Amino acid sequence: MISLSPQSSMRKALKTVGVFALAIFYLVCAKQTGFSFRLMWEGMPSFVKLLGDMTPPNWSILNRIFPAFVETIQIAILGTTFGAVLALPLIALSSGNINRNKFSYLFFKTLMNLVRTIPELLYAAVLVAAVGFGPFAGVLALAVFSMSIIAKLTSESVEAIDPGPTEALAACGANKAENIVYAVVPQVLPVFVSYFLYVLEINIRVSTVLGLVGAGGIGQLLKTYLDLFRYQNASTVIIATFVFVVLIDQLSTRLRARLI
Amino acid sequence: MALVIEFKNVSVTYPGGVQALKNFSAKIEDGEFVVVVGLSGAGKSTMLRCLNNLVVPTTGEVLIDGESITHAKGRALRELRKKVGMIFQNFNLVNRSTVLRNVLQGRLGYLPTWRTLTGLFPEEDIQIALNCLDRVDILDKAYVRADRISGGQQQRVGIARALAQQPRVILADEPVASLDPPTSHMVMRDLVRINQEDNITTLVNLHFIDLAQEYGQRIIGLREGELVYDGPASEVTEKTFEEIYGRAIRPDDLRGASA
Repeated sequence: MISLSPQSSMRKALKTVGVFALAIFYLVCAKQTGFSFRLMWEGMPSFVKLLGDMTPPNWSILNRIFPAFVETIQIAILGTTFGAVLALPLIALSSGNINRNKFSYLFFKTLMNLVRTIPELLYAAVLVAAVGFGPFAGVLALAVFSMSIIAKLTSESVEAIDPGPTEALAACGANKAENIVYAVVPQVLPVFVSYFLYVLEINIRVSTVLGLVGAGGIGQLLKTYLDLFRYQNASTVIIATFVFVVLIDQLSTRLRARLI
Repeated sequence: MALVIEFKNVSVTYPGGVQALKNFSAKIEDGEFVVVVGLSGAGKSTMLRCLNNLVVPTTGEVLIDGESITHAKGRALRELRKKVGMIFQNFNLVNRSTVLRNVLQGRLGYLPTWRTLTGLFPEEDIQIALNCLDRVDILDKAYVRADRISGGQQQRVGIARALAQQPRVILADEPVASLDPPTSHMVMRDLVRINQEDNITTLVNLHFIDLAQEYGQRIIGLREGELVYDGPASEVTEKTFEEIYGRAIRPDDLRGASA
């Protein structure tokens, strides 16, 4: 056999060590999380029993589910809209071709990325502690999240606009605000609306589970039924949520396809 | 009132070290029609943009009526820019806005910001904008979206926008480079007509020598950022262009006849 390079045997050894290290890492993870195939197997009967407890779904509670969905949509719409409004100044501040101050540009760009990395449920949990249980905490949590994601996506579109009209506006003697309104806004408005609908779609999905941390909506109903061992009611909520989310997804996709 | 433009030892070095303009000096008198020729990269666009401070000279300055636009800032700079309309190679219109709204951009410098941001233009300013469209013969397109009209029409919207500024100077940066020969001549004739009717000092960047000879009064030649020719268009020959370009004239240096 021909050795390709003097390093190849060394590489082979490193590879072997690497594979072993990875295997040990996974084993440690499994041990610490209590991962066990035996438990999975032993849990089967109680899982089947749970499924049995859940059937048949109790359709008579649909009249209680409906208002919860309305609340879910309300949380999502209010949160997304409030977030989009908050995003407007941030879009300008985190677009390099509008905010020429390098320091504040980097500050806001980084801030938007940081805010975005924290999941909405975490915001919701913290905000429930701040403003109390109920849908308002959910609205605020979604607003924070929507603000960061809309600001980040839109500012990237702003940075990609055709600079020609901006130059023409400057040449006319327009000030910065006029330049934004006349040259930037017309170019990014369609993408902004599209991002708004996209985030609204995400938020409707998220707001179905916000209730799990006490921030209102359909999730709160689900949590109540689970806590009370009302499994037939819980399964009704799950099925209804599934149908609801699929419908919203379809609607939003169609709306956005028309827009662009 | 006569308006005089003066370039005083203007040099521009871009970040990265490219020297686009080298110690350029020239004086342009009121109402002149100047064609600036040179190969692409010769510094024509840079020179034009120093005149409204879209490019800030590294050294030297540009004076408009004795006032330095190079050192003007904020409000004073915007006031000076109001006097200088600009027309671009790629038209630089806002595609998604109507033709009229594009032309109204020329009025921004004259109006308080609360009016411009809310779009509440006084009737008088809308009339000025419509008049400008009428002068370049596209009044009927006023309420059409800017990207729904032809290139030649778009450039005429660009001219109308510059006119709406009621400027003392018009800068045209390769205004016909994206147009076909007949449309090119139409746009050049529009520029000459406006120069004569309104006595607006006009500087046009061109790399087509036949257009330069046909429409220019005075020709300024640039090569590698340096002034290599400045004289009346009537005295320019093919030889002059070969000196400016630093090579023999080729067929693509000509735009071709109108129609």
